[in-house]
Amino acid sequence: MVEKTEVKGWSTDEMAQKVAFDIPDGAYVNLGIGIPELVAGLVPEGREVIYHTENGLLGMGNSPEKGKEDPELINAGKKAVTAIPGACYFHHADSFTMIRGKHIDVCVLGALQVAENGDLANWSTGEVGAIPAVGGAMDLVAGVKTIYVITRHTTKTGESKIVKQCSYPLTGKGVVNRIYTNLAIIDVREEGLFVKEMAPGVSFSYLQTQTEAQLNQ
Amino acid sequence: MINKLVSSAKEAVSDIFDGATIMISGFGEAGSPIELIHALIDQGAKELTIVSNNTGSGEVGLAALIAHKRVNKMICSFPRTANSTVFPELFQKGEIELELVPQGTLAERIRAGGAGIPAFFTPTSVGTPLAQDKESREFDNSTYVMEKAIKADFAFVKAKSADRYGNLIYNKTARNFGPIMCTAAKTTIVQVQNFVELGDLDPECIVTPGIFVQRVVLVKNPADESRLIAENRRYPW
Repeated sequence: MVEKTEVKGWSTDEMAQKVAFDIPDGAYVNLGIGIPELVAGLVPEGREVIYHTENGLLGMGNSPEKGKEDPELINAGKKAVTAIPGACYFHHADSFTMIRGKHIDVCVLGALQVAENGDLANWSTGEVGAIPAVGGAMDLVAGVKTIYVITRHTTKTGESKIVKQCSYPLTGKGVVNRIYTNLAIIDVREEGLFVKEMAPGVSFSYLQTQTEAQLNQ
Repeated sequence: MINKLVSSAKEAVSDIFDGATIMISGFGEAGSPIELIHALIDQGAKELTIVSNNTGSGEVGLAALIAHKRVNKMICSFPRTANSTVFPELFQKGEIELELVPQGTLAERIRAGGAGIPAFFTPTSVGTPLAQDKESREFDNSTYVMEKAIKADFAFVKAKSADRYGNLIYNKTARNFGPIMCTAAKTTIVQVQNFVELGDLDPECIVTPGIFVQRVVLVKNPADESRLIAENRRYPW
């Protein structure tokens, strides 16, 4: 009997690097909380990218040095940040005008599930008794021009996160443009899911065994 | 003479009535008017509806108001954050109502309330559980959901500086919901660290024009919420 070997694929940093490579010079970008935050440090040299945080700052900089944190200068994850020269502050309605009015170019988000039609579920597992919390996720996917999802290909228990149809409550319908996982980069098109790149050691047939949704080459 | 400065937080919140709807500024602790909320806890109004992005942390500020069972309903986008235990416990026991609103929709509903717009259409939440039972309509071959404005009896807002006309400037990302909440309440109460002379605030840089503000309270050294939580403090002390 042949043991099924698990391919690890790209590390989290490598996944974030792949996303960062696809962010063009001059882009206005909103990064979700968690793994998407890594992207900021990995944008290739020579590109100028401006980061938006929906709690009211355009021109978000790096984390402050220890001891220089300001509780009134934070990001959407409520962590202390800095403001770059040329940054500006604004109130929430203006901030979401930037999002909902399609002024932000790229948003990078995590996912619980992505469906082959681009549906995204990333805010709730629908578990009874859980405290539902949505934040700005639904606004971002409805309003930002390009939506990139960065996520591990499967759950901790090995289930595919790229599915025929989301079983969790949706964040938005048909909103995802590209998926970056530890195994592959996959484009979401009207005709379905198309594999753009595979991690070293990953074959198309192996990728399909790890994916509930139908993939195209 | 116009002078919106009142002598204390206690005086500023004295007429808040049971059943009132109150907007409270802040995104996490940034911009949260803790001293006004504590004055409201002392004042005793109950059966409140609170409109705020979060539900507070630890047992100070908004979380303390909720812990004292003064709040019947929260309208917010993200009711759980780090150190937020009071709301989740009451919610799971069915003792507090939640209206969950996407953050941008929350901001726009408040903005609309302040601008005299009763409702608007947005693509946010279309096809999700949060659009259920809401009217929707097609514009240019896309579906939009109707969202209604939110207005309040009172708004509690934290700003950096005010003059006696109620003109305001804010501090960094503590601005967040403050400016729009000022516009959407019948009575807006603002706590500031600095009270300045007329003309000291550059008219080009005033963020909230004084017409949207009814009362100003000077709180020179507002509490640092995360420090209170780290020290395990509870209000009332």
